[in-house]
Amino acid sequence: MSVTAPLARLGRAVLGALATTGRVAIFALDTVSHMVRPPFYGREFLLAVLQIGWLSLPVVGLTALFTGAALALQIYAGGARFNAESVVPSIVAIGMTRELGPVLGGLMVAARVASSIAAEIGTMKVTEQIDALVTLSTNPMKYLAAPRVLAATLTVPVLVAVGDSIGIMGGWLVGVNRLGFNSATYLRNTAEFLEAWDVGSGLAKGAVFGFIVALMGCYHGMHSGRGAMGVGAATKSAVVGASVLILAANYLLTEVFFSA
Amino acid sequence: MIELRGVHKAFGSNDVLRGVDLKVARGTSVVIIGGSGTGKSVLLKCILGLVHTDAGAILVAGEDATRAGREAFLARFGMLFQGGALFDSLPVWQNVAFRLLRGAMKRPRAEARAIALEKLRRVGLGPEVADLYPAELSGGMQKRVGLARAIAAEPEIIFFDEPTTGLDPIMAGVIDELIREIVVEMGATAMTITHDMRTVRAVADQVAMLHEGVIRWTGSVAEMDATPDPYVHQFILGLGHGPIASVR
Repeated sequence: MSVTAPLARLGRAVLGALATTGRVAIFALDTVSHMVRPPFYGREFLLAVLQIGWLSLPVVGLTALFTGAALALQIYAGGARFNAESVVPSIVAIGMTRELGPVLGGLMVAARVASSIAAEIGTMKVTEQIDALVTLSTNPMKYLAAPRVLAATLTVPVLVAVGDSIGIMGGWLVGVNRLGFNSATYLRNTAEFLEAWDVGSGLAKGAVFGFIVALMGCYHGMHSGRGAMGVGAATKSAVVGASVLILAANYLLTEVFFSA
Repeated sequence: MIELRGVHKAFGSNDVLRGVDLKVARGTSVVIIGGSGTGKSVLLKCILGLVHTDAGAILVAGEDATRAGREAFLARFGMLFQGGALFDSLPVWQNVAFRLLRGAMKRPRAEARAIALEKLRRVGLGPEVADLYPAELSGGMQKRVGLARAIAAEPEIIFFDEPTTGLDPIMAGVIDELIREIVVEMGATAMTITHDMRTVRAVADQVAMLHEGVIRWTGSVAEMDATPDPYVHQFILGLGHGPIASVR
């Protein structure tokens, strides 16, 4: 084996990653351009809002409830080491709204929605339904990708807001019933220390994460390989890609929002 | 009506089309025959712009297919896909009326439904299937719905991709008859790709054989039966030995 073989493999991997990044970027720009140019497919958009937003509420709500509850226990246990148990309400609220609400909500939506979009569009591709759309004078990007990406960008912040509220409620339930907090004091501390930007930054993250989730689902679905294996691989790539991008975007957005 | 000049298409190192020349006159029904993997479906997709050609020209009514306005160009075509390619998420009538519910050909919903029901009737399906979903239909019914969708907007040109594949002989015969009747009735130009010789005899005015990336032979059905061309002879008789097997 040549001594340069590992370098060649590394080079191919880097070039492949750059090419994929470029393709995703072009796909994203194309999708956005179709979101703002008529014709608009209102029925497809409303169906996507239902699928992505409404039907994701149970999973996002349950995730937030248990996360808020666990967070309260952890902060109480950690805070007890330096007599700071009273920070539980404010830290739960800030932690949920700034970080855990949007990130866990985004990841749960990625698991549920990116996979379903990729599987649906991938199946449409392998059964020639995408080709059929084109022959029926309908642009697949406009009909399939734009409504889903727009719906996810608009509905995931709403899911995050609901998740934040439920998460804080989870912390309150544990705080009052397990940790001995006074209910009114807990709620007052939550409200006093929570700033509008804590919530706003989380909702902004939610919009970005929603865009990423639907974009990954559509991109990998549209580029699905043939047969069941192709659709399966597209589904897996959509979930993995969306999850990794959400975590990376979360770090970048946190730097932008709070680095000062 | 449709003219292909030196059309080339390769996928990586696989040269599928190596200079296809073909003329299809207005109102005629051309059937393209050839073995599996010879590029018949690719050829149709090249004409529709679903696959981009590497070289050559495709003219439709004298107009370069790649330069024509996309929506207006595609509005001239209807296509029956091999697997039906019906939209799972839409009921049958909305599949048939898809083009009439959106875009430049949009009609009021009630009118679009009425047209869909009429087209379903034309392909032998009653109104009771209109509100079913494609997954609730048999393979033969799905083909009929696909056929109804292909003709819903009264296109000038209709493509049929393996219209009888996967159907029992009786249903295949019914579909062949429907295709022939509809093409004659509408005066449409039709291109069918198949390796089912019964379909060839039922629907073809002209037959073209695609082999090794080029149109090897063209002629009428009668000429096809009489031709001494060994490739055509072997194909239509389904012989295991001959020049096609020797080059595979």
